[in-house]
Amino acid sequence: MTYTAPTRPRRLRRLFTPWALVAPAALWLLVFNVWPSINTIVLAFTNAKPLGGGHFTGLDNFARVLSDGQLADALLNSIVFMLVCLPLLTVLPLLLAILVEKKIPGIAFFRTAFYTPVVASAVVVALIWSWVLSDRGLVNGFAQWLGIIAEPVPFLTERWLLVFSAISLTVWKGLGYYMIIYLSALGNVRRELHEAAAVDGAGPVRRFWNVTVPGVRNTMLLVSVMVAVSALRVFSELFVLSNGTGGPGGRAQSVVMLIQMYSRGFYGHFGYASALSIVLLVITIGPMLLLLRLNRKAA
Amino acid sequence: MPDVTARAETGHHAVTAERPGPKAGPGQGRHAGRARRRAGFGTAGPGELVLRYSLLVLVLVLLISPFLWQLSTSLKSLHEDIFTGAPSFLPEQPTLDNYVRVAETIPVWSYALNSLIVAVIVVLGNAAGATLAGYALARLRFRGAKLLLVGFLATLVLPGEVTIISQYITVRGFGLADTLLGVALPGAIGMLNVLLMRTAFQAIPQEMDEAAVIDGATPWQRLIHIGLPNVRGMLSVITIFAFIGAWDDFLWPLIVLNDPENFTLTVGLQYLNGTFTNNPRLPAAGTMISFIPIVILFASLQRFFFRGVEEGAIKG
Repeated sequence: MTYTAPTRPRRLRRLFTPWALVAPAALWLLVFNVWPSINTIVLAFTNAKPLGGGHFTGLDNFARVLSDGQLADALLNSIVFMLVCLPLLTVLPLLLAILVEKKIPGIAFFRTAFYTPVVASAVVVALIWSWVLSDRGLVNGFAQWLGIIAEPVPFLTERWLLVFSAISLTVWKGLGYYMIIYLSALGNVRRELHEAAAVDGAGPVRRFWNVTVPGVRNTMLLVSVMVAVSALRVFSELFVLSNGTGGPGGRAQSVVMLIQMYSRGFYGHFGYASALSIVLLVITIGPMLLLLRLNRKAA
Repeated sequence: MPDVTARAETGHHAVTAERPGPKAGPGQGRHAGRARRRAGFGTAGPGELVLRYSLLVLVLVLLISPFLWQLSTSLKSLHEDIFTGAPSFLPEQPTLDNYVRVAETIPVWSYALNSLIVAVIVVLGNAAGATLAGYALARLRFRGAKLLLVGFLATLVLPGEVTIISQYITVRGFGLADTLLGVALPGAIGMLNVLLMRTAFQAIPQEMDEAAVIDGATPWQRLIHIGLPNVRGMLSVITIFAFIGAWDDFLWPLIVLNDPENFTLTVGLQYLNGTFTNNPRLPAAGTMISFIPIVILFASLQRFFFRGVEEGAIKG
């Protein structure tokens, strides 16, 4: 055996360098992800509050979850949110992607412009919406001017109108985001198939159904799961549109708004907020796992 | 809307979130070539061109006009009636008055500075932390690597909002409640970004590394001379989105910050909204102060982003 083991300092360095490189990220993983996850579960069984508390209270928080009318409202809002967003944000961005796919002059400008609502903060967009939809805003003002309505439509002060306003905002803001995902997927649809179909006399509509849609079927599934998850996690849109109130009687809130509400102030209750967080985890974990699997398959 | 500071506002982050797939393997560049070839297929006739451009302009109006409307409102003087049924799209006498007055109402410029401070910390943290860890996970073998990787991947199925309360308690435990550092810290190394950088480093052909090893290069030298020049695309995508994510974030700073002095721009704007329902010109000016910098930033860096899209940095 002529092979000699690496000298000691070298071996040390081989062990040391990788860990030196990953140490910051590993620390972040532990401190800001692993530990808070464990702590969420622990806190859910206590009455911890911003000031004091912290005694073990068994299943009290979960019993409260089951009888919480606000949570029931929030879950219903989320389901409606999801059911409306799902078809719109699965289909419209695909059509948009097809529109911007062909590299005609100026297309880079249009792609960037269509992505603008995505890079704007949800707060900015919701503030614009709340001006446009307010009692004296553009939509009501114009409709009254035309004489379609006599009284302003209470877009921001009626529960379901508020939810639907937030949905329209979400769809509008999400179009460009999912468009980009489809755009990237369209690049993988075999061009030969399009050409062959065209030679066989298939028009654009038939090519869409018979070539494009099957080609991006996995992406459509991926997008729809992403839309579903983000609908369950909605916060800023509803919060800002309702001016932090959650609408009349707080009935237009989302689950995340409830979590935020219990994070501070007089009603602050870390224990109950943690139980709500676990509810959020339970309703999102299925789609999230599916998402991860779809991603790995796509990769 | 999924997000990169991994702070789960995840809206945009999720864009890049698409591919935590651990096995991306080399050769993502292929898509670029394919995309280029596609452009030639069925060159558009004049009729099709007219149709395409009309539709493009229609969508453009739908997606951009609300911003322009807000910009216009922010430039309208107090004398101009903005509540009529058919208000003018262009301000009659454009004025910057509202920008001055919004700054007298809330310290909007120091809020902008606060947002900038948070965003810069997040960008620097991610550029350094995610790059180093991504490189080690992709290119170096060490004990515990598998376990770490599982840890990073596991965070992806956990919506950020689920742990946000406990994260706040952690940050408060460090004495960082109500501070900008407390806002910036948790997102300063995004777990997703670590995975994205790892994927980018994996795409570098193994032979390049092996040759350098034979030449006696240390891991650091290999990272700097072989690794970094080959992951610029991904690095620019994650830093762009780290910045945008931190600048736009709302829920987390809303939870962490209490003192109006420390507010970031998004939190301050929401506060402004509640106060001035009678004069929408001021919130309009405030939103433009938040919106314009991020649009300029994105517009000037968009080619890196869209190149990343073509190279498969974002994938469905």
